[in-house]
Amino acid sequence: MKLQALQQSYANRGRSNSLRGQSPLDSGMDGGGAVKSPAGIFWLILHCLCCLISLVLGFRFSRLVFYLLFSTSSINNLYTSTTTSFGSATDIAESLSFTTSLRRLSPPVVNTTSAVTSRVVVGRHGIRIRPWPHPDPVEVMKAHKIIEAVQREQKVQYGIKSPRTLIAITPTYVRTFQALHLTGLMHTLMNLPYEVVWIVVEAGGATNETAALLEKSKLQIKHIGFEKKMPIFWEARHKMESQMRLRALRVVREEKLDGIVMFADDSNMHSLELFDEIQNVEWIGAVSIGIIAHSSRSDEEDPFEVHQTMDEEDETKSPLPVQGPACNSSDRLIGWHTFNSVIYKGKKANYIGDMAIVLPRKLEWSGFVMNSRLVWEEAEFRPDWIKDLDMVLAGDGDDDIESPLSLVKDASMVEPLGRCGKKVMLWWLRAEARADSKFPSRWIIDPPLDMTVPAKRTPWPDAPPELPSDTQKVSGSTTQENTEKRATKTRTPKSRRSSRGKRKHESRNADARVSARHSGERIKL
Amino acid sequence: MGNLSWGFILLVFSAFFLNLDAFELRKGQKTERISGSAGDVLEDDPVGRLKVFVYELPSKYNKKILQKDPRCLNHMFAAEIYMHRFLLSSPVRTLNPEEADWFYTPVYTTCDLTPNGLPLPFKSPRMMRSAIQLISSNWPYWNRTEGADHFFIVPHDFGACFHYQEEKAIERGILPLLQRATLVQTFGQRNHVCLKEGSITVPPYAPPQKMQSHLIPPSIPRSIFVYFRGLFYDVGNDPEGGYYARGARAAVWENFKDNPLFDISTEHPTTYYEDMQRAVFCLCPLGWAPWSPRLVEAVIFGCIPVIIADDIVLPFADAIPWEDIGVYVDEKDVPNLDTILTSIPTEVILRKQRLLANPSMKQAMLFPHPAQPGDAFHQILNGLARKLPHDKTVYLRKGEKVLNWTAGPLADLKPW
Repeated sequence: MKLQALQQSYANRGRSNSLRGQSPLDSGMDGGGAVKSPAGIFWLILHCLCCLISLVLGFRFSRLVFYLLFSTSSINNLYTSTTTSFGSATDIAESLSFTTSLRRLSPPVVNTTSAVTSRVVVGRHGIRIRPWPHPDPVEVMKAHKIIEAVQREQKVQYGIKSPRTLIAITPTYVRTFQALHLTGLMHTLMNLPYEVVWIVVEAGGATNETAALLEKSKLQIKHIGFEKKMPIFWEARHKMESQMRLRALRVVREEKLDGIVMFADDSNMHSLELFDEIQNVEWIGAVSIGIIAHSSRSDEEDPFEVHQTMDEEDETKSPLPVQGPACNSSDRLIGWHTFNSVIYKGKKANYIGDMAIVLPRKLEWSGFVMNSRLVWEEAEFRPDWIKDLDMVLAGDGDDDIESPLSLVKDASMVEPLGRCGKKVMLWWLRAEARADSKFPSRWIIDPPLDMTVPAKRTPWPDAPPELPSDTQKVSGSTTQENTEKRATKTRTPKSRRSSRGKRKHESRNADARVSARHSGERIKL
Repeated sequence: MGNLSWGFILLVFSAFFLNLDAFELRKGQKTERISGSAGDVLEDDPVGRLKVFVYELPSKYNKKILQKDPRCLNHMFAAEIYMHRFLLSSPVRTLNPEEADWFYTPVYTTCDLTPNGLPLPFKSPRMMRSAIQLISSNWPYWNRTEGADHFFIVPHDFGACFHYQEEKAIERGILPLLQRATLVQTFGQRNHVCLKEGSITVPPYAPPQKMQSHLIPPSIPRSIFVYFRGLFYDVGNDPEGGYYARGARAAVWENFKDNPLFDISTEHPTTYYEDMQRAVFCLCPLGWAPWSPRLVEAVIFGCIPVIIADDIVLPFADAIPWEDIGVYVDEKDVPNLDTILTSIPTEVILRKQRLLANPSMKQAMLFPHPAQPGDAFHQILNGLARKLPHDKTVYLRKGEKVLNWTAGPLADLKPW
């Protein structure tokens, strides 16, 4: 950078000196003072004349003249040809000027034998351009293979030495946003270079819906049904999720799965670096979670009200949206950062789909990772400061523990990961639709929607203005239907815009009377 | 009883050797030992193998020049200043000139800078001449050998030819008074006037702390295939191209400017060092002179250097096997650069990266302060030590004179 500028301006200075000096008429004067003698003026005029001629001709005329006037027949073996892509006139002039310069240089070199002289010549060379100066796809593919090999080697050298299996535990249930969240998590897990065992615990029993979604991944999945329905209130939902995770831990215990257990909630966002980092865990570790407390705009309250109260009360302690281990300066765990939910008192969401901020619990499960041997039955696999899983659950009675910290007797033995919690590699977000919102089963629209929008060129026999009035009636009727059928989960085709009477659709539900009415009107053919 | 003891000794020996092998293998997995034509000499310690006497020149030759322009400490020719400082406090220094093997003259010839920071070499020959006159008149050691056991650091563009422009430098040739001395220079090109037989080529100075502060974790995958930042056409001095870099840089641009594998441009990004660490190959083409600090940067950042400079002599060529570490491309083969680079077998590329990862390789390219073992200072001393013992012909008979003190252009003979 600086060096380039140095070189550039330096060469600038050098070359400008030299360009003046290279004209054979001025070779003597190297930036010396201008002498206003008749001889000097004569040379100056001659020089200008030669410059003008060069301008007209397009090449260095002066060198050509010099060569023709002063050249001898011997062109020594320093002459090498250069291939250029320039025109022929300049070719000749260049090669000639090139030998001229060589001639001037030859006196100091001619004493030595020709074997010592360099095959590299000073002077102007051509710029070699190949006939098709564009990328060759075969070369590009080879280069990509090379890059892949280099990266693989880097991973072997500097990456994790012996990766352990990842056991991801995810509680889920069928709802509108399930496909959204689960697809994201599924793709994250599919992208990992490690072995993954994915334990998916589903509230409300194992359904085909979820199974179909999970089938698309090529992962090793244990799909477990949990025979209770997911409650609508957030508090209850959090509790139930803990129970589901414990159920999964029991599976790990029974099947003696070996690896690293992490709690991947389906709506969390994981970065791939997280999975590399958690390979470093020995027994139980904690990572920092970024809390994205989603606040939707609501009509009742001013969205800025929250911020105002924040300014007034907690100017010194702003809510750190990160939950995780806190360390002192020597990187030892001294405490926990938890989410400050005090400021959100009274403004938090109570039920799923509520138009308010969804808050996390004090310490989320997903911020903890542990060695699967902690939950195995045999006590010899785990250190003394880990409690046995069964005893923990029996003690609490209601099969619910708030966070994995209840499993350890001594919370200071938890390892802080991610540069002692300074690196946030995972984000917590709870965005859900209302509990009763509708979505097509498996997100496959079957039967196809009856909404048809006419193409511009298709000649419809009916006049277009009838369409808007028709839709009014249809939408009005369907809202009524919706209010009736709010409880059902299955998709009901909302509107039946008639297909211009060309086709009569067989309606398959209770809307038949409504649609029949419409189709009755529309049949004209 | 004898059998038992033999068996026991054998067991111990085998365990010992097996362990040794295992250790070497583990070490060898990441890096490989570097042995050039002089052998495995990068880690040699010069202390005890040679003695250097540093002449006490008046400060107008060194300190005063530096005081006038402290920018000399940061540019790529700063090796001469740092070498002086290193020698002053090094254990190879001796205060007794009678036992010295080599004699060092601390004269900073590349410290006359333009306002832009570029060194002007016009006074350097006179400065050097004046320094030699001083040492030859005040001490008998110069006349004893006419400088054959003296060494000088001349890091400028074309070494002791003392000019930045190649044609002029060739015309001038090496300063006549330095014909017998050993020159330590950055310039190296085979069969060139300005490279004397027996010179030691060194890397240009690159600021070590600056480079260390830009290191990124080695686990970050290398995703750039070829990387280069710099000029292709020197628009100020050579607008049509063809002179600058003998047309090689312009050829690189014209052939590969739209190639996605080649990340080349004239920008000056702030992430230059980090980008080099994400590249597999780094181009090191010649400029106005064949050497450049890019080679040092490529070695430090583990990027395989692609050297495009015909007949170039790279630093410490007898200690470092550059053909095994870098890729040489002839200037005439530049249009086929992509074919050349992609046809290198993967094992060869991985081996080159292993060699580059060797810490002694990286140390050998740096001039850290304070000096560390294995760095460029020590490699220079190693090179000087390898030239010992001096040949008998080095010592001249009484009255014998080889050097011509009046040779050279008239302007150089003026006192400084």
